[in-house]
Amino acid sequence: MKPEQIASIAHLARLSMDEAEIPRYQESLTSILSFVGDLERAQTEGVSPMAHPLPGLVQRLRADVATETDAHERYQANAPQVAASLYLVPKVIE
Amino acid sequence: MSLHTLSLAQLAAGLRAGEFSSVELTRTLLARIDAHQPQLNALISVTGTTAMQAAAVADGVLARGGGGPLTGIPMVHKDIFCTEGVRTTCASRMLDNFIAPYDATVVAKLKAEGMVMLGKANMDEFAMGSSNETSYFGPVHNPWNLQLVPGGSSGGSAAVVAARLAPLATATDTGGSIRQPAALCGITGFKPTYGRVSRYGMIAFASSLDQGGTLTASAEDAALVLRAMAGFDPRDSTSVDMPVPDYVAGLEQPLAGLKIGLLKEFFEKGLDPDNERCVRAALAVYEKLGAQLVEVSVPNLGLSVPAYYVVAPAECSSNLARFDGVRFGHRAKDPKDLMDLYKRSRGEGFGAEVKRRIMTGTYVLSAGYYDAFYIKAQKVRRLIANDFERAFAQVDVLMGPTTPTVAFELGSKTSDPITMYLNDIYTIGANLAGLPAMSIPCGFVQKLPVGLQIIGRHFAEARLLSAAHAYQRETDWHTRVPPGYE
Amino acid sequence: MPINAKPTGTPEFLLAMNNETWETVIGLEVHAQLATKSKIFSASPTAYGAPPNSQANLVDLGYPGVLPVLNQATVGMAVKFGLAIDAGIAPVSVFARKNYFYPDLPKGYQISQYELPIVAKGHMDIVLEDGTVKRIGITRAHLEEDAGKSMHEGLGAFSGIDLNRAGTPLIEIVSEPDMRSAREAVAYLKKIHTLVRYLEICDGNMQEGSFRCDANVSVRRKGAEKFGTRAEIKNLNSFRFVEKAIHYEVARQIDIIESGGKVLQETRLYDPDKGETRSMRSKEEANDYRYFPDPDLLPVAVDEAFIAGVRKLLPELPDEKAARFAAAFGLSPYDAGVLTTSRELGDYFEAVVKQIPQDPKLAANWVMGELAAALNRDGIDIGQSKLNATRVAGLLNRIADGTISGKIAKEVFETMWATGADADSVIAEKGLRQISDPAAIEQAIDAVIAKSPGQLADYRAGKDKLFGYFVGQVMKATGGKANPAQLNELLKKKLAG
Repeated sequence: MKPEQIASIAHLARLSMDEAEIPRYQESLTSILSFVGDLERAQTEGVSPMAHPLPGLVQRLRADVATETDAHERYQANAPQVAASLYLVPKVIE
Repeated sequence: MSLHTLSLAQLAAGLRAGEFSSVELTRTLLARIDAHQPQLNALISVTGTTAMQAAAVADGVLARGGGGPLTGIPMVHKDIFCTEGVRTTCASRMLDNFIAPYDATVVAKLKAEGMVMLGKANMDEFAMGSSNETSYFGPVHNPWNLQLVPGGSSGGSAAVVAARLAPLATATDTGGSIRQPAALCGITGFKPTYGRVSRYGMIAFASSLDQGGTLTASAEDAALVLRAMAGFDPRDSTSVDMPVPDYVAGLEQPLAGLKIGLLKEFFEKGLDPDNERCVRAALAVYEKLGAQLVEVSVPNLGLSVPAYYVVAPAECSSNLARFDGVRFGHRAKDPKDLMDLYKRSRGEGFGAEVKRRIMTGTYVLSAGYYDAFYIKAQKVRRLIANDFERAFAQVDVLMGPTTPTVAFELGSKTSDPITMYLNDIYTIGANLAGLPAMSIPCGFVQKLPVGLQIIGRHFAEARLLSAAHAYQRETDWHTRVPPGYE
Repeated sequence: MPINAKPTGTPEFLLAMNNETWETVIGLEVHAQLATKSKIFSASPTAYGAPPNSQANLVDLGYPGVLPVLNQATVGMAVKFGLAIDAGIAPVSVFARKNYFYPDLPKGYQISQYELPIVAKGHMDIVLEDGTVKRIGITRAHLEEDAGKSMHEGLGAFSGIDLNRAGTPLIEIVSEPDMRSAREAVAYLKKIHTLVRYLEICDGNMQEGSFRCDANVSVRRKGAEKFGTRAEIKNLNSFRFVEKAIHYEVARQIDIIESGGKVLQETRLYDPDKGETRSMRSKEEANDYRYFPDPDLLPVAVDEAFIAGVRKLLPELPDEKAARFAAAFGLSPYDAGVLTTSRELGDYFEAVVKQIPQDPKLAANWVMGELAAALNRDGIDIGQSKLNATRVAGLLNRIADGTISGKIAKEVFETMWATGADADSVIAEKGLRQISDPAAIEQAIDAVIAKSPGQLADYRAGKDKLFGYFVGQVMKATGGKANPAQLNELLKKKLAG
């Protein structure tokens, strides 16, 4: 893994990454990925991917009823920054 | 009779008979926690005041002749379960100040049974690790030898039960995080079938692999708790709508004729010969009890580790995206813009192992790599699941070691990928295939516990528990308490 | 014509100039909020306009440990839509996570559908003003959750996030890049708007954001095989804006290419005050969404029995109704389309025609003309019309039976609209009965001719245009009440001499 790749993955994942940290992650990711490379050898012709461990299950449906009530004061009591019941972040310019 | 070594059934009987009260029991265990916390660091939060209040309420219920088999019995939750009004940290700086606004289903269920929560157990950060060394709150020490790891990620839960600080600690298992600490700490750890226990309120690591379960001294205790913990939850779409059998009533199911599969791949290179000796001795006990040993194979088992190292990080990289400093959790000071807010909050909030896995997950899902890694891993997952299914066509349960060695030294962990790999290979398969699995103590190597792993078919919890119980009626490994904790 | 950095001139003018060289390619992505009571994955209410964050529960807020559970009504609505556009319904569809970071997206991913959407390929026919029918392909439609809202003004150095909308169910409808003009795009958009309201799966309220559109716009030289690079204009919430944004964007792109530049594949916003599109700074970089099936949700299964059940409950669809109107009432396909823009309008029109069955065209003209204008002026829709179908039919019958002329009827209509009175009362009160007595008309004509010798002479000398003068004068003298047809006939005779 190249340093630019590490930096771009960190950016995608919104993780701060200074120059000094990059080699450490380079090393671990490279080693994990080389060992993950073993997967390549597996014979998976005609095998479908398994997203859920239990076979044959389908999504259960919930009745369309609104049962939740306003609890925002309780939820926002612990929020990092709130004003006028809005969650605040540094101004975003679109 | 020391209260702290009684089984759940004995505690229930004693409480009901009025031999002791829940308040007394709770006070005793809180004192033990207090005494041993400095050496073990098994707990992140101790909820002494509310525990005493809950104990008093439980005593009232019991006095009126009400309650059930778990009423008034103290326990500990792994700090991955949301507990309303109580700090829930996942052993991370990211959630250091997080007071959960709701109870996880598992928490609510055990609360409804009248159990008394003593506190929240330490763990590897966000359940990522197998030695409980990645916790923001410091590592947990193994009660059998304080220089050694207790295993992870449920290291704190295991240490609590091994040291008899509480008879029950809830835990979670994504790649072995219940079973491995159970083995290294000489206790019984149970991971149910995927979907058997609700994941609602159990902070997600890898959604298709995570399951909540128990750490107790015995299979009998596990059965009692699982009966209350398991069950359909409409708030969890992956929760299975099937009735929960009475696992306690099922414990005495006779063993004779049980076909035990020995996975060829479990006994290959890397397994410490002394550990193997203990495991084989346990298997001999099963034979004596009337079980039949059959050699079987899960040929693709070796691929379970690389598959896991793709699927688990992929899912976790997405599950942990919600930790962004906006609505809860750690926020960096004075962010200069949104990007800075995200990057620094997450950079500061997460530890190195968590970041490593997020990075790995982000990479394997990214454009150009998705098919080669993620899709490939999910296909391999199916190969492994199919292998297990074929094995179960020949046998009732699989048995083998839980870990390749006994507990290792704190700090010695191991950038050696071979050792890392071997630590995972015995346990990961059951998570990938969603199978129920447990570890029970089966001996000692140099005074350190060894675990025997039992794996079953989907929803065969009763079978596993009764098989484990049969062994625990014949042997006493599960009654051993670490020196200094008797 | 000089091409500047900023396009000048009216878009139509530019396009007329460029039609020989350039072709516009447009694809539209519509996001329609489904009219359910609760959100798609949580039991929070979906009502619009609640105080900030009062309708955002732990699941909507993406708290640790929470999980999604699918709202049954959303599945039925998606299937309904799929059947109405003649699309295949996927027996198994999968929810996938679209991963990106933005403050209005609490989980850091949006639950959507990617490789396996619930609705597969379908189509929608549009009728243009000149009567041509064009079939617009619909690539797919899928279910997903809406994000919250960000407020950037009035909070100083901060933006404020309201997550009430987070988790509201959406159906995303993706068209093929089949549209070749802003007009076609608007026609398609209006048709989709009509359809979702007919099906009662969306209230179509564009002001409240229940119906939004992203336009993918590109240009290419006529005859070129490949599509040009497209820009995506996001969150257009009015038909007018869609039209203007597309026009601006096309001109902008042509301008860039003709100046030797390259169009960037990017996301843009339309600024209605400035009438231009601009690049969205916050979404500048191409996002790698890292789609993967959401492990917290299981595949959604829809069987034949379910589909059949939904099909049974389909209302008469806009195209069916329009076809019926065209056949039964002799309307042009375009007019039939206009009259079926909403079920309410279609029902209203039918009710009018029922009461003036001998002249459905008259009914059509009036409903599309005077009535529509009055509704527009008052900013209301047909459901709030000041006059019901019977009142309007009553007025039309007075035109049909010759009591009043069409011109006078307009006057009567205005009074009826203002007061709610019926046609007969207004006609009587204002004495607006048409004068159809030939003798009376002749008398009026004679009087005008008598006082206009000059014009008479000029007319007879060949200035045909003066006919209008005489008509006008007679109308003036009769207070506009002379029967126009009779007037014409009699005047012609008299002027001929």
